[in-house]
Amino acid sequence: MIPSKFDYVKPSSVAEAITALRDGGDDAKILAGGQSLIPVLRLRLATPSVLIDLGGIPELRGIREDGDRIAIGAMTAYYDVIRDDLVKQHVRLLAQATETVADGQVRHRGTLGGSLAHADPAGDLGAVALALDAELVIAGADGTRTVPASEFFVDYFTTAIGEGEILTEIRFPKHTGWGSHYEKFNRTAQAWSMVAIAAAIRVEGGTIAEARVGLTNMGTTPIRATGVEQALVGQPATADAVRAAADHVTEGTSAPSDADAAADYREHLAKVLTGRAVLAAVG
Amino acid sequence: MAQVRVTVDGVVYADDVEPRTLLVHYLRERLGKTGTLVGCDTSNCGACTVHLNGQSVKSCSVLAVQVDGAEVTTIEGIARDGKLHPVQEAFNECHALQCGYCTPGMIMQSIDLLGDNPDPNEQEVREGIEGNLCRCTGYQNIVRAVQSAAEKMKPGAQADVQSPVSVAGGGD
Ligand SMILES: Cc1cc2nc3c(=O)[nH]c(=O)nc-3n(C[C@H](O)[C@H](O)[C@H](O)COP(=O)(O)OP(=O)(O)OC[C@H]3O[C@@H](n4cnc5c(N)ncnc54)[C@H](O)[C@@H]3O)c2cc1C
Ligand code: FES
Ligand code: FES
Repeated sequence: MIPSKFDYVKPSSVAEAITALRDGGDDAKILAGGQSLIPVLRLRLATPSVLIDLGGIPELRGIREDGDRIAIGAMTAYYDVIRDDLVKQHVRLLAQATETVADGQVRHRGTLGGSLAHADPAGDLGAVALALDAELVIAGADGTRTVPASEFFVDYFTTAIGEGEILTEIRFPKHTGWGSHYEKFNRTAQAWSMVAIAAAIRVEGGTIAEARVGLTNMGTTPIRATGVEQALVGQPATADAVRAAADHVTEGTSAPSDADAAADYREHLAKVLTGRAVLAAVG
Repeated sequence: MAQVRVTVDGVVYADDVEPRTLLVHYLRERLGKTGTLVGCDTSNCGACTVHLNGQSVKSCSVLAVQVDGAEVTTIEGIARDGKLHPVQEAFNECHALQCGYCTPGMIMQSIDLLGDNPDPNEQEVREGIEGNLCRCTGYQNIVRAVQSAAEKMKPGAQADVQSPVSVAGGGD
């Protein structure tokens, strides 16, 4: 189908984009990689009056080292995240999860910022941002604020990005030397996660010293599996210990039931996948 | 209306388009490049795959206005001097198609894949073309064709991009 009519603007700075958002009023929409938004426009599930394309703002693209963090511009494409040496070295979990998103074509266009702003509970990168304690930089007419991932995801498709605001950068604390793995369960090619587990683990002398575990599609937002994290710390990095800790994974979750899977099946999957993810991470 | 100036298969076009025009519709309906197909309404099938600045994209999921200043290559722009691209040849030789509807997209994605990974194993081919659906072949011969093309293209003989040759209006 052809989208309904809209105006199109392509600002060349964040300040211009914020002005355009204000001028656009209630019906203005930001266009990032377009890999969620354009399909939605084609189905006419959204009918914005104006699209503000962030594709002409060079400052929103790119990956840099910022002290003990890796800072990634919101408009950085998945393909560039996956291939970046800083990401591979310091935030490997993000590269691992991003590789599982969609397909090659979509990964050329889709952006890290767009994925997080879209906040689909089945989206793969929210769990990573949450598990690794990322910070999200949000710009608006009154300046810039920084929101921790733990406060960013509010509900199904709803984030802390307010009206008139733009997500500009995502900052990940370095997890250099940690083991990590993203275990995604789906049945067909280019499908979304039925459930997925993001795990980053630091092992010291055979014992798990620190653990970060995030869950995809086990609630209306990504969820941090603190019960699993606490149960893992201090344990030997063995299959038995890891599987016992994985039993805590359903604490605080509210798995959806839908055409793909019933809630109790998702809960079962989450336990099995958590064991796999953590064992692969300590591997 | 918005202005786009874009190089498609080596020719520069300058056109006014409605912002809501999808790249695939611009290619097919304005430029007459009907080699690029539309197979779905959900960005899943990959029949519409073209290269945008050297990277594969689903042209149904890009707006024509977004490609202003960019370079697009379609299935119609990869043969050279009447000679098929090695991936086209391999699809022909390996019977990698039945109805052929998925083929233009499959070929464009396969060329992209071979650019990143010139010698993919079977699993890597299957993953590399996961954004392209084929309702007919069962994929076996498609995978064979991509691996056979990889052989033909050694060492690293990639399709070179033509430089722009002329300026033409795209129509109406
Ligand atoms: C076939 C297919 C399969 C897919 N499979 C997966 C998958 O397995 N896993 C997965 O995680 N995703 C998947 N996706 C979705 C894909 O990851 C999208 O790229 C992503 O959801 C949105 O990112 P985008 O850059 O394309 O944003 P867009 O589609 O441009 O925007 C998405 C939304 O976010 C808003 N937005 C974007 N950027 C900003 C910003 N900087 N500030 C404020 N608001 C912003 C937009 O207004 C819009 O509402 C799939 C998509 C397709 C087409
Ligand atoms: S037409 Fe199906 S993905 Fe573009
Ligand atoms: S040959 Fe018919 S869809 Fe692939």
